Amino acid sequence: MNDNNVLLRVDNLVKHFPIMRGIFQRQVGAVRAVDGISFDVKRGETLGLVGESGCGKSTTGRAVLQLYRPTSGNVYFDGVDLTKLKGEELRMMRRKMQMIFQDPYASLNPRMTVGEIIREPLLVHNLASESEANERVKQLLELVRMNPAFSTRYPHEFSGGQRQRIGIARALALQPSFIVCDEPISALDVSIQAQVVNLLEELQEQFGLTYLFIAHDLSMVRHISNRVAVMYLGVVVELTSRDELYLNPLHPYSQALLSAVPIPDPVAEVNRKRTILVGDVPSPANPPSGCRFRTRCPIAQSLCAESRPEFREVKPGHFVACHLVS
Amino acid sequence: MPDTILDVRGLETTFKTPDGIVHAVNGVSFELMEGETLGVVGESGCGKSVTMLSILGLIPSPPGKIVSGSAMFDGRDLLKLSAEELRHIRGAQISMVFQDPMTSLNPVLTVGRQLTEPLMLHLAMTRKQAEERAAELLEMVNIPRAKERLSDYPHQFSGGMRQRVMIAMALSCSPQLLIADEPTTALDVTIQAQITDLVKRLREELGMAIIWITHDLGVVAGLAQRVIVMYGGYIIEEARVNELYANPSHPYTIGLIGSLPRVDETEHKRLFSIEGVPPLLLEKPVHCPFAPRCGWAIERCWNENPTLESIGPEHRVACWVDVKKGTPR
Repeated sequence: MNDNNVLLRVDNLVKHFPIMRGIFQRQVGAVRAVDGISFDVKRGETLGLVGESGCGKSTTGRAVLQLYRPTSGNVYFDGVDLTKLKGEELRMMRRKMQMIFQDPYASLNPRMTVGEIIREPLLVHNLASESEANERVKQLLELVRMNPAFSTRYPHEFSGGQRQRIGIARALALQPSFIVCDEPISALDVSIQAQVVNLLEELQEQFGLTYLFIAHDLSMVRHISNRVAVMYLGVVVELTSRDELYLNPLHPYSQALLSAVPIPDPVAEVNRKRTILVGDVPSPANPPSGCRFRTRCPIAQSLCAESRPEFREVKPGHFVACHLVS
Repeated sequence: MPDTILDVRGLETTFKTPDGIVHAVNGVSFELMEGETLGVVGESGCGKSVTMLSILGLIPSPPGKIVSGSAMFDGRDLLKLSAEELRHIRGAQISMVFQDPMTSLNPVLTVGRQLTEPLMLHLAMTRKQAEERAAELLEMVNIPRAKERLSDYPHQFSGGMRQRVMIAMALSCSPQLLIADEPTTALDVTIQAQITDLVKRLREELGMAIIWITHDLGVVAGLAQRVIVMYGGYIIEEARVNELYANPSHPYTIGLIGSLPRVDETEHKRLFSIEGVPPLLLEKPVHCPFAPRCGWAIERCWNENPTLESIGPEHRVACWVDVKKGTPR
């Protein structure tokens, strides 16, 4: 906790969603969306969080910001345990942490003008008077490379990429130090994705922002992140620097995931060796015993069914949860 | 020399909307050889899906209208056939796999019922024969316990398995041509790898031609032999796959390849970004559709729409500028 370099520390975070049945709504089970994960995010870095649908990456992002209250575990932001905060105290902390959402069509209120959307956080937190806020809206729109005159228009008048810029301007309004980017480019066209990613990188340099970048696109995560955590079925299976992960992936799931990503180069495509996983991801309501990945793992042994592999540091800064990695 | 199985010439499709007439496809011509895999690449609204739907007679009319063009398949012009005649071709000689495996299967019919329908309709099999064949088809696409799964409903399958069922259905009558419209876009990468692998295997076993529509230049690189790039309802570049990636010649193709991060990238560079947004196509452009976003545009680009010209063996591009030399063509 003394490490001043660490902005966010997640310690054994768990989020289960109860499954209710019957007229008395008895709990009959739980979807173990996030099941005991730990990681740090350093100041000014981008931590990429990758995994396939249903692996719990978005739930992690939301549980970190306390949009879902975690079932157990701790989230330290600047040394303060967010899970212990309530009401006004939590609200004050929220100024420092913001979120950019995946769907630029659903995350902007269609009945508010762009100006009202970007201004709202400032007014909610009583940080500016009406006229100051309007001035700030103009600055923010310029910051995300949009015409300040657009502040009187409505979201439906804009394209997906422009809407995502509006979402970014709203997230920046409170001058946060930490932003959770939850698949911010997945809904955009390829040529627009690069525009938004470049903008996010420029803003990070300009304001020293720290990002938790959630995505399923490994090539984009490799591009934007300093370190990457790979999730599978509610647990982090590997965490290391981006180059180490891509050059020397140790967990069999990371290896398979990397080899499944198509490369836009026919020569490289022909020459690469691929590991193709069989089967589908099991249900998080009833995950396999022991190692979560063992049902699809090409090298699983009996030990893998018996005990859950510990998430340990095998090399400096390289964490992996696998029995078979020495 | 393999034969041409599909020859599309000057296809033009429009849609009537409250905002005016949308020119979705503006004179598209291409050929497909027997057993060839053709990738069709472009962003949303570039006309790639509408082109294929037009060929198959699947454009709702109104509001859609095929203004002109021809599509020769097996000696007949698909655009001139009656709905009844087309129905005999679709599913039998040409079949299609769509993007969303959740909505393209009927949720209230069992998978077996849906698989046997085309077999009984097109191949005149009895129910019993069709059921046997259906089980074989499911086995072919690697679905375990195929026979038992025939009586299951689509919701009992995962997304990847549903797409396999769709592929099994599309291949059930041994078509000469399979049109796949973003078949892996809705799937996770590991499942996407399973599906593309499956398609490669089936292509070798069955020898059908494939048109693979996608926005993902990565998938096409590993799958297609030839690629067409579309923008604003036009084909703007066409080449063999290695040539296209090694020597992209249209500013849009160059931008598109440059804007992709690579999982095997070694140094961190800013991504190349194409500024601006794709055109709305509310009027047929008199200039190059890409000119407003193009860094190379010269005066001619604003006055005249470039035509697709050959610049090398099997490499055609629609651009007034030789981007490599920076001079007009």
